[in-house]
Amino acid sequence: MLKIRKPQLNLLEKLTNATAVSGDEGAIRKIVRVEVENIADEIKTDAMGNLLVTKRGKGRNRLKIMLAAHMDEIGFMLVNKESDGFFQFAPLGGMDPRQLAGKPVWVGREKVPGVIGAAPIHLVSPGQYNSTIPIASLRIDVGLGKPNVKVGDRATFATKFLRMGDSIRAKALDDRLGVAILIELLKNAPANIDLLAAFTVQEELGLRGAKVAAHALDPDLALAIDSTPALDFPVHDGSENIRYNTKLGAGPAIYTVDGRTLSDPRIIRWLSETGDAKKIPYQYRQPGSGGTDAGSIHISRAGIPTGSVSVPGRYAHSAMGLCRIKDWENTLNLLHAALSDLSPDILKEAR
Amino acid sequence: MKTDFLKSLLSSSGLSGFEIPVAELIKEKWASLTDELDQSALGSLHGLKRGSGKGHSVMIATHMDAIGLIVSKVSGEFLHVANLGGIDIRVLPGQAVIVHSERGDLSGIIAQPPAHLLPEGEAKGAVALKHLLIDVGLSARQVARKIKIGDTVSFATEPTEMSGGLLAGHSLDNRASVAALTLCLEELQSRDHIWDVWAAATVQEEIGHMGASTSAFQIRPDIAIAVNVTFAKGPGATNWETFELGSGPTIGLGAVNHPFLHQQFKELAEKLEIPFGIEILPGRSGTDGDDLQISVEGIPTIVISIPIRYMHTPVEVVATKDIQRTARLLTEFVAMLDADFLEKIVWDD
Amino acid sequence: MKPLIKKLTETFSPSGYENAIREVITDEIKDFADEIRVDALGNLIARKGSGGKKIMIAAHMDEIGLIVNHVDEKGFARFSPLGTFLPHTLVGARVRFLNGAYGVVGAEYLKKETQTKLAPLDKMFIDTGATSPKDSPVKIGDVAALERPFHDLGKRLIAKSMDNRVSVAVLIETMRKLKTTAHEVYFVFTTQEEVQVRGAITSAFGIAPEIGIAIDICPVGDTPDSAKKEVSLGKGVSIKIKDPLMIADPRIVTWMIKAAEKANIPYQREVSTLGSTDARAIQVAGAGAMVGGISIPCRYVHSPSEMVDYDDVQNTVKLLITLLEKKIEL
Repeated sequence: MLKIRKPQLNLLEKLTNATAVSGDEGAIRKIVRVEVENIADEIKTDAMGNLLVTKRGKGRNRLKIMLAAHMDEIGFMLVNKESDGFFQFAPLGGMDPRQLAGKPVWVGREKVPGVIGAAPIHLVSPGQYNSTIPIASLRIDVGLGKPNVKVGDRATFATKFLRMGDSIRAKALDDRLGVAILIELLKNAPANIDLLAAFTVQEELGLRGAKVAAHALDPDLALAIDSTPALDFPVHDGSENIRYNTKLGAGPAIYTVDGRTLSDPRIIRWLSETGDAKKIPYQYRQPGSGGTDAGSIHISRAGIPTGSVSVPGRYAHSAMGLCRIKDWENTLNLLHAALSDLSPDILKEAR
Repeated sequence: MKTDFLKSLLSSSGLSGFEIPVAELIKEKWASLTDELDQSALGSLHGLKRGSGKGHSVMIATHMDAIGLIVSKVSGEFLHVANLGGIDIRVLPGQAVIVHSERGDLSGIIAQPPAHLLPEGEAKGAVALKHLLIDVGLSARQVARKIKIGDTVSFATEPTEMSGGLLAGHSLDNRASVAALTLCLEELQSRDHIWDVWAAATVQEEIGHMGASTSAFQIRPDIAIAVNVTFAKGPGATNWETFELGSGPTIGLGAVNHPFLHQQFKELAEKLEIPFGIEILPGRSGTDGDDLQISVEGIPTIVISIPIRYMHTPVEVVATKDIQRTARLLTEFVAMLDADFLEKIVWDD
Repeated sequence: MKPLIKKLTETFSPSGYENAIREVITDEIKDFADEIRVDALGNLIARKGSGGKKIMIAAHMDEIGLIVNHVDEKGFARFSPLGTFLPHTLVGARVRFLNGAYGVVGAEYLKKETQTKLAPLDKMFIDTGATSPKDSPVKIGDVAALERPFHDLGKRLIAKSMDNRVSVAVLIETMRKLKTTAHEVYFVFTTQEEVQVRGAITSAFGIAPEIGIAIDICPVGDTPDSAKKEVSLGKGVSIKIKDPLMIADPRIVTWMIKAAEKANIPYQREVSTLGSTDARAIQVAGAGAMVGGISIPCRYVHSPSEMVDYDDVQNTVKLLITLLEKKIEL
């Protein structure tokens, strides 16, 4: 079994503190490249910015397995500078406007500090005390003087990685957890397969990078590795929470159905049976909406058998997420064990 | 401006009614700057910097408490909270916080449960505080062992320097004023002054100015100055109540402010060429000044304010030069107080 | 064809879980195809003929279904839809799980003041007779389809999953009756149509046809106070001109209409404001193709009991054979 120890934690810290809003994933691409360039058989950046890394196995009848983890994170773009120096901004990726006001941000590649400001509560009418502050009323404030900031710059929440006991608090755990897992799988690549690692771009804008990555790699089978919300909160009236999506601490979340993909039943069986056999805890993500890179991958070319596995995480798409280190480790091990046991016969099973 | 002391104030908790951590920091700093230092029954700090004259004293009050949250209930892994002071619920979801437990500080996140787990109607708009939760990343068992009802929860935003000599952080209301008063005390070390100066770091301003009224009763100053923060211009904040950030302190005008003191401060600032604004405070000011004025037999009072952006959010922003200007204005005012000053405070009828 | 339609509509195969229906179809067509294969998404692709134009005729074989997303403390199975359901048709419906379990759909909102309100799907549940997760015959991820027998009313037929098993029957019948063709025709029984026409996307890319025709059902406007729509049950094959997501290639529309008129096959012109079909996916796959659609008028679409007219069904077969037999001039 693989372990999450200091080096892995340090790498996730580096990955989550770096900023890579959809469309500007260079910072993560750079970190990943450094991590894997000595072990990769092939490494290239495609036209959209996807980093495609090949690690070949040995022996005959090797399946070509595409593993995708997206490098991009949600964030903002500065869209207009007003005469008083404040910037209007647009969100990139899905966000609840209630999660924005009063947060520190990093602007641009140099991470210029700023804050998301709104009128103080004292100056709004009492009728507005309990309402959402619309994004149109919020501004990014980067201070006085001449900071190196301009329209078109991207911004992220300014959240630093923090270990909290058995948990981690950081921004962009969606999907730096996936990126960290994929790097670890490359470093411990099973020899029975050709591992085609796709560190994808623009997932948060509609699974855009994975589409071309899958077309280029043309794999026999694919998995998207992501982080999915754990909504395992108490219900206001004390009733049973029947819509939790996933539960923190319950292990990797195997996808059956989401808004973009019906996972290949053979893949669901393969992953579940691996978990049962190796005694690695896992859970099924509640069938529902949402989507991962699998949504693009499985309908590429003439179709690719595809599934998704996610690390459960709370508070995705806000300033800071929270995950359990054990869930991360179990996800890594479920994938590693499943890939190590994978036989080409899986494609001969009834779908 | 050296911001180390202010940053340490911003990084300390000391919520309304629970001021001990921040009081300790201030006590340590003021020990060498004052001749006497003690604490009121409610916990306000009183530091006396003696003047060369006899008897007359000016009290400069800055509240040191900060708004925050307090644990009201534990549900498994999650904490329910109530407010300490005027919390703006619109800015709470997704904020980093620190839970101050007897077993040490614990980092956490303010969680907004998804709409489908809230009562119908809570899906839109800001979610009420009673439905927000704190997640400290621990199991239910660990939470039960470490956290008790009544533990305080403060914002955890790190103080951050921004372009143009700005500082962002939570609790600049009113620790920016505490920093200004401290700077004033430092400047007074090398200045002659006749009047005694009572520096007060008051408690419980955010829940009703409790500290100021009791401190004034105890100190019985001849003049009181409340130093607080006011609104800087910003997104959605452009009306007559707002001032440009970095345009200097404001001098209060209105019922709480004695007209003579107002005039004196204004003339002093003009003479010193310190930029300033006039803060119109028609009735009550919402500061310690309101209670200083009506203490004992009544005290001539003035409210001096430092403009900050985004008041009562975890990312309040101040221009550090406004803190320096406020300190200088206070210092020069103290220095100009002569033996006859009190007699000059009359009503111009 | 009626026994075939009965057999097809009484098979349970929701989107993504088309194994059972694929086996039934394979059995029916194996003697009439030159080549049969199954692609990665489970599309069943049967070629007949060679030379001439490369034509893809698609009928989706999946049906709408339900997937369990949680079994609650009392044993009620909460579910998500596979495809689109109209909530008012579901309460009281019976379902059958692929593992053989049965259940009935119930809904919250049984308080007096809310009785008349329509419960959304997330307030519904499947009662499998279980009293706790322990004795539940189903678990998260298990899939069910509606359970309703086929009824022959003479001219009209009622069944669940008439959408789109009636078109599957049409394709099978066409393959049987089409003695010769001048073309390379791919009969494709597609998967996952009810979830954003995904099977057609990949099968069309794999085949790369010049001409594509999607066969599906279409809602009608001939029931009391129904939506305004010119298409009626029993008035002939519906030739698609437009739906919300695709405009049929005018050359294909003209070809179909001319053929129908020449062969005296009754037809209706369809401009649909609701729903779409595999046609869109085929049209934009790869470098694109000339694509049209033929629809069988159908009442009560996406309910547990969908109704078609048997004449319309037979006419659709006739039109397809007419189109495929001869050389095509577009």
